[in-house]
Amino acid sequence: MLLKHDIEFTLNGVKRQVSVDVTTNTLAMLRDVIGLTGTKYGCGEGECGACTIQVDGVSLNSCLMFAVDCDGRDVTTIEGLANDSKADALREAFVEHGAVQCGFCTPGMIMQADHLLHKHPHADADSVKRGIEGNLCRCTGYKKIVDAIVAVDGAVK
Amino acid sequence: MSVAEKKPRVIEPDSLIGKRIPKMDAPEKASGRTRYIHDINLSGQLYGRILRSARIHALIKSIDTSAARALPGVHVVITAADIPDQRPIGVARDHFPLKVGRVRSQRDEIAAVAAESEEIAEAALKLIRVVYEDLPVISDPEEAIKPGAALIHPEPHGADGTHLHLKQGTSIAHKGKPDNIAMTFDYVHGDVIQGEAESDVVIEDTFRLHYVTHCCMGVSGMIAEFDASGNLLMYSNTQVPFLHKREFAEYLNMDPARIRIIQPPIGGGFGSKLDIYPFEVICLYLARAAKRPVKMLFTREEEFLASPTRQPVLLTLRSGCKKDGTLTFRQVHTLHDNGAYTSWGATTPFVMMQTFSSLYRVPHCDYHTAAVYTNNPYAGSFRGYGNLQATFAIEQHMDMLAERIGMDSLAFRLKNAQDSGETTGQGMVFKSCGFKDCINTAAQRSDYTRKFKENEVNRSRPGNIRRGIGMASMLHVGGGAKIYPSDGCGTILKMDDFANVTLITGASEIGQGSETVLSQLVCEELGLPISAITVVNNDTAITPWDVGVHASRTTFIAGNSAIGAAKKAKTKILAVAAKKYECAESDLDLRGGFVIKASSGEVVVELSKLLRNLHFQDKAELVMTTFYYEPPSVHQDKGFKGDVSAAYAWGAQVVEVEVDTDTGRVRMTKVTGAHDVGRVLNRLGIEGQIEGGVVMGQGYALTEELLIENGVMKNPNFRDYKLVTAPEIPEMDISFIESMDGEGPQGAKGVGEAPAICVAAATANAICNATGVRMFELPFTPEKVYRALHGQTPKLYWKPWRADQ
Repeated sequence: MLLKHDIEFTLNGVKRQVSVDVTTNTLAMLRDVIGLTGTKYGCGEGECGACTIQVDGVSLNSCLMFAVDCDGRDVTTIEGLANDSKADALREAFVEHGAVQCGFCTPGMIMQADHLLHKHPHADADSVKRGIEGNLCRCTGYKKIVDAIVAVDGAVK
Repeated sequence: MSVAEKKPRVIEPDSLIGKRIPKMDAPEKASGRTRYIHDINLSGQLYGRILRSARIHALIKSIDTSAARALPGVHVVITAADIPDQRPIGVARDHFPLKVGRVRSQRDEIAAVAAESEEIAEAALKLIRVVYEDLPVISDPEEAIKPGAALIHPEPHGADGTHLHLKQGTSIAHKGKPDNIAMTFDYVHGDVIQGEAESDVVIEDTFRLHYVTHCCMGVSGMIAEFDASGNLLMYSNTQVPFLHKREFAEYLNMDPARIRIIQPPIGGGFGSKLDIYPFEVICLYLARAAKRPVKMLFTREEEFLASPTRQPVLLTLRSGCKKDGTLTFRQVHTLHDNGAYTSWGATTPFVMMQTFSSLYRVPHCDYHTAAVYTNNPYAGSFRGYGNLQATFAIEQHMDMLAERIGMDSLAFRLKNAQDSGETTGQGMVFKSCGFKDCINTAAQRSDYTRKFKENEVNRSRPGNIRRGIGMASMLHVGGGAKIYPSDGCGTILKMDDFANVTLITGASEIGQGSETVLSQLVCEELGLPISAITVVNNDTAITPWDVGVHASRTTFIAGNSAIGAAKKAKTKILAVAAKKYECAESDLDLRGGFVIKASSGEVVVELSKLLRNLHFQDKAELVMTTFYYEPPSVHQDKGFKGDVSAAYAWGAQVVEVEVDTDTGRVRMTKVTGAHDVGRVLNRLGIEGQIEGGVVMGQGYALTEELLIENGVMKNPNFRDYKLVTAPEIPEMDISFIESMDGEGPQGAKGVGEAPAICVAAATANAICNATGVRMFELPFTPEKVYRALHGQTPKLYWKPWRADQ
């Protein structure tokens, strides 16, 4: 039998307790145990960035983090990126600039961009490109994603 | 001012066409709310997994599933022996979903499990014992056609008595092959011998095009459920729901009318969902046996191993021209590595031969393909559909011929480029053709001629960074393609009491933005804002027939269909309004949600009010219309001749590179593209299509390659299969040539595939401009470029596959 472990952490601003297998990764916990499906499985190996979330303010690939390591931490997913003018501006910019096509990479891309903009609010196109290097997109060719992220700087008061 | 003197409200003309309209589904997607197939779970659902072959080419001597069946939580284990009514699938009906007696490639499906969880299903697979007897592996298509080569499909499939596993009495679906040739294509116009005799210069080269794959960000998957009456409900990412419904019915030996396909939003398509693959049929078998919904999702590794690829091609092209720059002939032989089974990849010659015969005026053209079986992954359809491969060879030869006769490569292209009104040797008729505009625009905006000459001079300067500029052009179907008996699409349009429109279309949305473009076209006709429309496009029980998302056809075909339905609704509305307000229908129009006077824009009545009146009056009526659009194209004859598309898309792209001669690294710095799209409908959407296509082409040219060694895929992951990342993208300057196609919806033509086609060819020309070295083999990795620059690449040479040609 798989060993279960009880953890407690803050998910999108709400404290919660979960019992997870010790081998479960955070992505599987979010999607299959908790039922938040905005975070996507793209590769399971930390290569595509579709599962990007923020833990204690740092963006990371949730497929590479054991669920038990969420214990005591502050976890934000795409669903929790609300009530924040920067996040709203970011989502809006993605829509207005055509940065979304099939949309499968979009949640991870936005989580990464949000992290990037908190660290570097005035990031230019080149730093944005470097900042989203770990997030793969097969539809857009990245240009409109970069445009969208750069545009947020001017849009947020 | 009294009420009587109040000025009437006037609605100014406005248009949705050509505007930057955000994708209607983008807000949901950007907030993580969109439910893809991966995010849908049905109560009582089981999880399906597939056991794939441990060998590349072998006989299956025995399969023991007893331990897997005994594992707690396992509901169903199936092998071919459990499904006696299996029918062969695929374009040539040459394989079973669950393999019978023999495995022919690494991805081959041997058994499948449905269990309470993915973990249990996975554990059960490990308990299945298979005994194999190895056979010789053929991984090189040239080996496959040698006399005495091991045969990959010697036995008949689906025949009486040939396999104990098969149901007695079923007819032969696939006769088996006495050789490894899956398909051949032969096309001729003119006489190449005469063409060669008229030539002042003749060149011949062999090109090698590699394996790449779609890499949709969302992995493949489906959910299948049979209801209590035996009706099948599928959640599927197919691009071709209506044709596939019929095919699935055949595989299940059931009435197609009892199959319903729901298409959740899709995590990327690019052609990959155009065929039916074994996992889909296996999932149906599992659901049928388990009497429970079964969900099957790939892992990323499985996505690499068991998805289709772009067609790898070995191609020898012989071309000639006169001293004055007139093209005289083209002779083409290609060898397609079909892989172990036949999917759409084998049929890419349909598109390839069009490019050879008709991109430029070629009086004599001779084209031959053999698609041959190997034990490699099998190739399917992929954005561009053979055109990247054909264009790679043709556009390099355009530069090489120009150089040989001492003519400017731009002038050489323009001299041979097609014009409006021409009928080609293959019978394609170019009604709207902005090809020369494309070439001139791309050249001018990139300063092609000046930079080309400058780079040539700079080759001899010191330093390790060489700049290069190269051009390539393309022709692709842009008004559908009459491949099936019908190339049409149906629309149902209804309007409610509040002047909201529901557009029910057969056309599938696969991320390309068809939903938004179709909405624009309908709202334009009906004078409504884009917010007034709801699109239903994902359920075969509701939507009318469509032939599927392929051949860059959706905007053109589904667009014309949607306009047709909207025009009928408009006619009906204006007739009612004309009667009620006692004027002529031609005096009225629809604008901004109102019925207006056409001459002045003055409001006659609010549209919603008129519709409510219509609804509530004595002879109550609803505004509901249907339309079916069939394009005025024709099927090709047996010699592949005919005007197969209602319109054709043109383009030219100029690629600029920096080549590091010390390392062989090629950096793509800029792509200047000019595309004849007929007319821009949604500027935001079309820019996104072009940019995405260019970067996909960049990956094809520079970084992507599935490494296959003796049938084994060496890099089934994103770490070793290198997609282009954000910092690597070139600067992109995209122009649209609006040739206003007479048949196109608002003048538009299809453009989905076009942008990916030229990039690799133009990059090859740019590398040559930078270094003086020709590259005949993709992708241009640092190692390959370094070797070529240092004279370590042996000249590719491949002799045509048939001795008599």
